[in-house]
Amino acid sequence: MNKLIVLCFSIIFTFSYSVTAGENLKPHSGSEFSLTAKCPPSFELIENGTCKLRNMYQFYNSVQGRGLGGTQTSLPKHRDGFTPAQIDLGRYLFFDPALSKDNSISCASCHQPEKGFSDDLDRSIGITGEKVGRSAPTLWNVAFLDKFFWDGRADTLEEQAVGPLFDSKEMGNTPENLLNTLNAIPTYIEMFKVAYPQNGIITVANISESLAAFQSSLISLNSRYDQYAHGYHEALNKNEIKGLNIFRSFVARCAECHQPPLFTNNQIAVIGTPDPIGMPFDIGAEKTFNNKKNRGGFKVPTLRNIAKTAPYMHSGGLKDLREATEFYNKGRGHAVPEDEDLLIHWHIWEPELQDEEIDLIVEFLQTLTDESLTPQLPNSLPSGLPVIDAAYAKNQIQKQQKQQQNINTESGDEDE
Amino acid sequence: MSKGKILAVVLIAGAFAVGNYWGGLNSAAVITSSSGGASFSGGYDAAKDADLSTEPVVIEEMAGEVRVVNDGESIMAAVKAASPGDTIQVMPGTYHETVYVDKENISIVGVIKEGARATMDGKGVLNDAVLYSGNNFLIENMKITGYKGNGIMGQAGNNFIIRNNLIIDTGVYGIFPQLGKNGIVDHNIISGIEDAAIYVGMSDNILVAYNDVFESVAGIEIENSRHAIVENNYVHNNTGGILAFVTPGLPIKTTYDVIIRNNFVVGNNHANFAIPGSTVGMIPAGSGIVIWAGDDVIVEGNIISDNKTGGILIAGHNDFGSGSNDPDSEPNSDRTMILDNFMLNNGYDTIDDVKALLLTELKTGNADILNVGSGVGSCIINRHRYVTAGVNDWKECDFTNTNDIKTYLLDKPVPPRVIDKSETGKIAYLGVCTGCHTYTDRMIGPPVNIIQALYMDNPEGIAEYIANPTKKRDDYPEMPPQNYLDAETRLAVAKYMLSRKN
Repeated sequence: MNKLIVLCFSIIFTFSYSVTAGENLKPHSGSEFSLTAKCPPSFELIENGTCKLRNMYQFYNSVQGRGLGGTQTSLPKHRDGFTPAQIDLGRYLFFDPALSKDNSISCASCHQPEKGFSDDLDRSIGITGEKVGRSAPTLWNVAFLDKFFWDGRADTLEEQAVGPLFDSKEMGNTPENLLNTLNAIPTYIEMFKVAYPQNGIITVANISESLAAFQSSLISLNSRYDQYAHGYHEALNKNEIKGLNIFRSFVARCAECHQPPLFTNNQIAVIGTPDPIGMPFDIGAEKTFNNKKNRGGFKVPTLRNIAKTAPYMHSGGLKDLREATEFYNKGRGHAVPEDEDLLIHWHIWEPELQDEEIDLIVEFLQTLTDESLTPQLPNSLPSGLPVIDAAYAKNQIQKQQKQQQNINTESGDEDE
Repeated sequence: MSKGKILAVVLIAGAFAVGNYWGGLNSAAVITSSSGGASFSGGYDAAKDADLSTEPVVIEEMAGEVRVVNDGESIMAAVKAASPGDTIQVMPGTYHETVYVDKENISIVGVIKEGARATMDGKGVLNDAVLYSGNNFLIENMKITGYKGNGIMGQAGNNFIIRNNLIIDTGVYGIFPQLGKNGIVDHNIISGIEDAAIYVGMSDNILVAYNDVFESVAGIEIENSRHAIVENNYVHNNTGGILAFVTPGLPIKTTYDVIIRNNFVVGNNHANFAIPGSTVGMIPAGSGIVIWAGDDVIVEGNIISDNKTGGILIAGHNDFGSGSNDPDSEPNSDRTMILDNFMLNNGYDTIDDVKALLLTELKTGNADILNVGSGVGSCIINRHRYVTAGVNDWKECDFTNTNDIKTYLLDKPVPPRVIDKSETGKIAYLGVCTGCHTYTDRMIGPPVNIIQALYMDNPEGIAEYIANPTKKRDDYPEMPPQNYLDAETRLAVAKYMLSRKN
């Protein structure tokens, strides 16, 4: 009997989601939703009503306040100081497909929490159903970054947010349409009044700021590596420590660009990774800085939660961590197309690591996983659309069904 | 071009050169005495250093245990067993290992017995000999050879001392402190290094003194660093002797306030054997001192001789090498200051670029000082002593020595970050505990108000529990131990947790 109820329930859900996508919004009434007055975990609510990040790296100091280098150095300047309401509003917006032109995808479609705030695609898929030019970078610890997009073309999270929103291949929206959509949802009108009491209206600036507020709450600083860094050396096993030492040795040179504690130095580097066959060569940061020497240059990504975000590199050309690590061992410029003359970063050389050393680096990279501060998905959205998107909701339901079936089968077996 | 035309050009150029030469001799030389006169008044001002704490400094004395490592035993095992303040005494013998020091206040002291040293040998297989990240690290009297990477590499450790070490044929860098502040590299002998024998990277307040560096690509390199003094070193038969560089693309973008004084920079004519792509790969063999995009570099009192390309070369990113792809690194060498140096027999077998540069000023001869690029504000005294190019528009320096600058090292070591003890609990609670606990709601762990009810006046109980948790509730997952927090922090967290009201 129970099985039957679950099944019916699931069918109704699946059906309702499949009709919602792409259809007109069916906004919820405002009463169901209220923005939290609490800061996210790891943030302290201070007197002026904003949330301030607290973490163990505050115990350390480092040269020039750049927060780069060894195990016990501070973190660089970061974004915080948003109100709990702004962060929470950002959370609803982030997961709401209403932000896309046709209500089919949300920010989280390409930045899914359980996939390291990325997707598992070589290049992400936007509203057109086609692959876009580059892969979706993780959003963990973006609060500490000062360059955004693979080619570093935006300086703030706010500037970044409007990129995908209004890109015809990504979320495909226009400012007018976005504002019309959100203004047709009474709950959002109320929410913006709470989050922005000064002007109280829905503007593109308020939308991108609250998205920035939410994203800067995605903090990952409590991995096993961090426990090691704070002095508890038993947090890593023998192999992982070996891996750490190869990682930071000047033979592998990984830590020269992926500097602790963020495991990025926030710079652009030309390393010459392969683009997929048939794809034109991606000039990367050459365009951003109008400098030929940056041709094929991309941002050095953080390695935090890197085990969750395969495939790797700006166009997802390397399928797993071993392949990505091995890339650096194969020799300087080995994957550069013949007709390209790139100024490959001087840290890229021929380290001649042994196979087991590459394995040890990969083992070490797993210790950078910490998702303890993953935010909660909203149960439902002011727009009435499925959280993240319809395809995601369908998937989740199928997963639940499978789990339920497994549980039922197992208990059935026991009965027999 | 016909032979006749070439001859005409040479004759005209020659006539100009002769005129210039005689003209130069005929104008009275400005002779500046460096024995007296004003001293350099710029440089490091500790009062303006935001990295320094105004809090009283409490530095732990090196008064811990002495741990003796005998031949056949492991240095690493001793480091693992050591507590901050301990000294590891390494007896003569051969040690085949990589030693990492992620602890504060550790000293590794080699014991030299009748000339026999404790020798770390990487046998061409191991990566780095010594990696340290802790503050107040000291290493001395070791012999290091046969590693693929670095002899001694530091990452962000402050107040380091690296001295009396013998480092031979060891990979990329001999001694490589990086991202540190207030450190000394002195009395080391280093040779056979593919990049720099001594490479100070992204660091501040540094002294490099009394080292003997030879047969490496670069002798001593000060890169993306500030307030460094390089003095009394013997730098010979490297490809380039002493370098002050800004390498683009690194997170710290400047090199300035570097004093290079009283060094022997002799015969740095070794063939360049740098790794392809490395910055130093571009250095022509026979370069004495090279300033590349570094600012406020003072060159004083050195004996610079027998460097076949040139004695002192000054250039910017856009003039020499592969140029910059970093919009945030300023490409020019500004405010170079050249005081008296003993320069002899430099540039005797130079490269075409240098010859061409000399020719633009209608000069020939052995080049002592060469400046290309758009740096501004440079100065020189007694320029008539040297064969130069590119310094005609430099002004006279308004000082003649750096006697007033005794050191850029700090009076007091860089302090560890002083955290108000009352904050320890709060930061650890917010940084760690709130990932699983809220005040009133169920999260991964039980709500804090329930924990409060259980432990009321017993913070010690919480501290003990979080170090060694046991499963207590069926409906919650077991808590992972928090024993990576030290006992003091665990108790502070517990007290803070009990004090919460929301």
